[in-house]
Amino acid sequence: MDLGKWKEIFCRQVWYMCWKEMLGTFKDPRFRRVLLIPPILMGFLFGYAANFNLENITYALLDKSHTKASVSLAAHLDGTDFYHRVATLRNEGEIADPINTEKAMLVVVIPEDFVDKLEQGQNSPVQLITDGRYTMTSSLATAYTSRIISEWMLEQAGREPPISLQVRTWFNPNQLTRWFFSPGILGIMCFIQVVLLSGLSVAREREEGTFEQLLVTPASPVVILIGKAFAPVVVGLIEGTTLLLIGTLWFQVPFTGNLLTLYFAMLLFFLASAGVGLAISANCQNMQQVQVYTSLYLVPNGILSGLFTPIRNMPEALQVLTYANPLRFALDAFRRIYFQGTGFWSLGYDFFPMLIIALATLSFAGYQFRHNLN
Amino acid sequence: MTEWVVQAEKLDKLFDDKQGKTHALKGIDFRAEKGKMTALIGPDGAGKTTTMRLICGLMDPTGGSLQVLGLDSVAGAEEIQSRISYMPQKFGLYEDLTIQENLNLYADLHGIPQDTRKGRFAKLLDMTGLAPFTGRLAGKLSGGMKQKLGLACTLVRSPDLLILDEPTVGVDPLSRDELWIIIKQMVREENLSVIVCTAYMNEAAMCDHVYVLNLGQMLFEGTPQELSQVAAGKCFEVDPPEELPYRVLQGSLLDDTEQIIDAVPESGTVRYIAARPGEPIPTLERWSLTPRAVDPRLEDGFMILLHQAADLEKTRIPLAPLDKIPPRPAQNEVSIEVKDLVKKFGDFTAVSHTSFQVHKGEVFGLLGPNGAGKTTTFRMLCGLIPATGGKLSVAGENLRTARTEARAKIGYVSQKFALYTKLSVLENLQFYGGMYGLPRKKLQERIRTVLEEFQLTGTESHNAGDLPGGYKQRLSMACALLQEPEILFLDEPTSGIDPLARRMFWREITDLSCKGTTIIITTHFMEESEYCDRIMIQDHGKMLIIGSTDEIREKLHKPGANMDAMFIDIVNQSRARGEGAAQ
Repeated sequence: MDLGKWKEIFCRQVWYMCWKEMLGTFKDPRFRRVLLIPPILMGFLFGYAANFNLENITYALLDKSHTKASVSLAAHLDGTDFYHRVATLRNEGEIADPINTEKAMLVVVIPEDFVDKLEQGQNSPVQLITDGRYTMTSSLATAYTSRIISEWMLEQAGREPPISLQVRTWFNPNQLTRWFFSPGILGIMCFIQVVLLSGLSVAREREEGTFEQLLVTPASPVVILIGKAFAPVVVGLIEGTTLLLIGTLWFQVPFTGNLLTLYFAMLLFFLASAGVGLAISANCQNMQQVQVYTSLYLVPNGILSGLFTPIRNMPEALQVLTYANPLRFALDAFRRIYFQGTGFWSLGYDFFPMLIIALATLSFAGYQFRHNLN
Repeated sequence: MTEWVVQAEKLDKLFDDKQGKTHALKGIDFRAEKGKMTALIGPDGAGKTTTMRLICGLMDPTGGSLQVLGLDSVAGAEEIQSRISYMPQKFGLYEDLTIQENLNLYADLHGIPQDTRKGRFAKLLDMTGLAPFTGRLAGKLSGGMKQKLGLACTLVRSPDLLILDEPTVGVDPLSRDELWIIIKQMVREENLSVIVCTAYMNEAAMCDHVYVLNLGQMLFEGTPQELSQVAAGKCFEVDPPEELPYRVLQGSLLDDTEQIIDAVPESGTVRYIAARPGEPIPTLERWSLTPRAVDPRLEDGFMILLHQAADLEKTRIPLAPLDKIPPRPAQNEVSIEVKDLVKKFGDFTAVSHTSFQVHKGEVFGLLGPNGAGKTTTFRMLCGLIPATGGKLSVAGENLRTARTEARAKIGYVSQKFALYTKLSVLENLQFYGGMYGLPRKKLQERIRTVLEEFQLTGTESHNAGDLPGGYKQRLSMACALLQEPEILFLDEPTSGIDPLARRMFWREITDLSCKGTTIIITTHFMEESEYCDRIMIQDHGKMLIIGSTDEIREKLHKPGANMDAMFIDIVNQSRARGEGAAQ
């Protein structure tokens, strides 16, 4: 067969394959809803609920000193917008209760000799008891409280602080976690959806027997692969767009980068994700297996992606593992594009690994389609 | 006085759900006698399974009265279910449990006391011949063995009424025979009352009483003999002239709707039912053939009843008339060449050193018991799985080196409906046409042609999954024939479709083969091998015999034998030889 004819047939096969996959995905209105509603819900949910910033610190006070100074210190805490005293304790025996019942995030204990020591110029300890079950919030609350207390101390002493810190947080001046999460949620939601969708589409065809019918046609595995990756990638792009709009328009997350660069990053990322889904699916006989394997894949990769915790805090060995994780590179690229406005040419560090993952998984899946039929 | 286990009067069932209304049963009367076997036969969608499920109290009737074991089927559903045993078409075996564990489980479910179990299990395992395999996983059993295990699980206790819904569907004649021996033995020994649905007429003939159901209406009630008598004086057989395949004569007779009710090739002749015996039949005059009158059988009576009830003009597909002797398959033009084919799965040899040729324009049948290796052979021929060894060429292309080229020349219809159920008829056709690389114009033209050929015009926008069974099959054929393949592969295309639809299906095959298409077909209906030019029978991966049905009859010295009997003979002989060699 000459090359021109071959090309013509190939293009026709690809066209019909993609057309069929799109029909299969979008024809059913119920399925359309299932595709769109979860990302919208998750977008809003994360925007409102996932928040590391402390805006309401509940505390209990045990003032054993009962002096003007101790009352003034307590008043200083109460005077802020963030501190809410939920209990005033009478003795040490009562400390455990507000912490145990989570009524208070911390207990401030002012000892009896508080003023004596202060007046003698000695170091005067004030005890903070915090809730170690929530390490993140307790350490934040400790930091806030100690800052407020030392300010009060300096004020009492009538001195200016010898050093003052002038903090400027780049890219996110108010350190809003919502900003941090917005591109992250875009990444992980699309990741889950694209991997699952591409994984299930082959398994569903296997279960229904249509995959065999497809394999007896002269279409090559490449054609099948393109079609199978096409629909999930389109779904990913639609979802990504939805989440981008929710983030920037509703939650006012800034977008300083180039839209085209972002979409190129998304495209590469979805190709890699679809490749992972198809590779899983090529080795499964039914949809149940796919569901088990994809969740086995998705959970650790979600954690190892840097969505919640910085990758540089992970042990060396785990950091190496993250290099096989497309989400890791996608999140990095998205955040850079969102907040830093990084341009296309400076993102090769993120683009190349995703491209390699996509090529590796897709060719593995294509090979398995034909060789895993027994 | 006769004692009835089931008594239904004016039984009515109307399904009314999102998909629309279906009147499954239109006021039928039905009775089954205690200690007897009652058969319920009818084409697809007749309402057989609905009747069974109503009797089991799994659904409530929408009209009429239904008494089972003297209890009302709605009020007494629980007690009925505790006293009857029901074996659905696909029995719920636990594939990850062994045979013994499955039996234990069902015994537990029915609360069989431990002391009676031992004897019961021994008896069931002995009857089913499963005793040596009790440790084997149910999922690893062949279709016939699974069905036997299903029956054994159904019979862990002696029920007051045994209900079997097509117990032998998809099972080869050998296993079918064995299943019926078990059922009959249980009826004899334990005075079981049995109601059985079946698609095999010879099975219905073994029962005491027969009901014929069609489109929710009862067409007939009586003994098997009485049903046969419906066709009395109308049955004939005729030998085709030299060089004329049986199927062509049969097809030609079938086209004559005026004079002929039914025609089938059988046991070296063509058997037909005349609508008006005595009047001249043009087909027979054309080739100046003289028919012989034969005794009617149950199937003949059944076909007459169905024929009267059905609107045949609707299902008939206009095909080229069969008035000429078609050219014989060209011996020098080879469509498929298989040399020393071997397929191994690990240690297990599924197909061992098989060689054969299929000529252009031939209808070639692959037959064998469940697990014989015919499906594996078939899948290798389609290029779905690679061969372990040997040479395999299809339509002139070597399957090792040119699979894509070979696939472009074949059409494939799988056993299970394998088109996209959510896509419409037209979308399915467009998609498969596209996969075969047909240019847009050509594709449109071909789609129009196949829609007409297979009488699918008007259904273009329906979802393929919503079509009734017969239409689905025609759509599968239409998709496979879009690219006008040189070879058409059909994997058990006729299992699960009713006799009328089967006749039409084979009429299409006859037409295709006259046009020069090579056809490879597997089937469980042994009598269908009479439509083939040649057949090959496999067992345990080995080729046992190959040739035309006439040649095979001659070889076995059994003129006029039917294929079921010959098949059982051949397989048993080979197995006996195998055991002899092993000892």
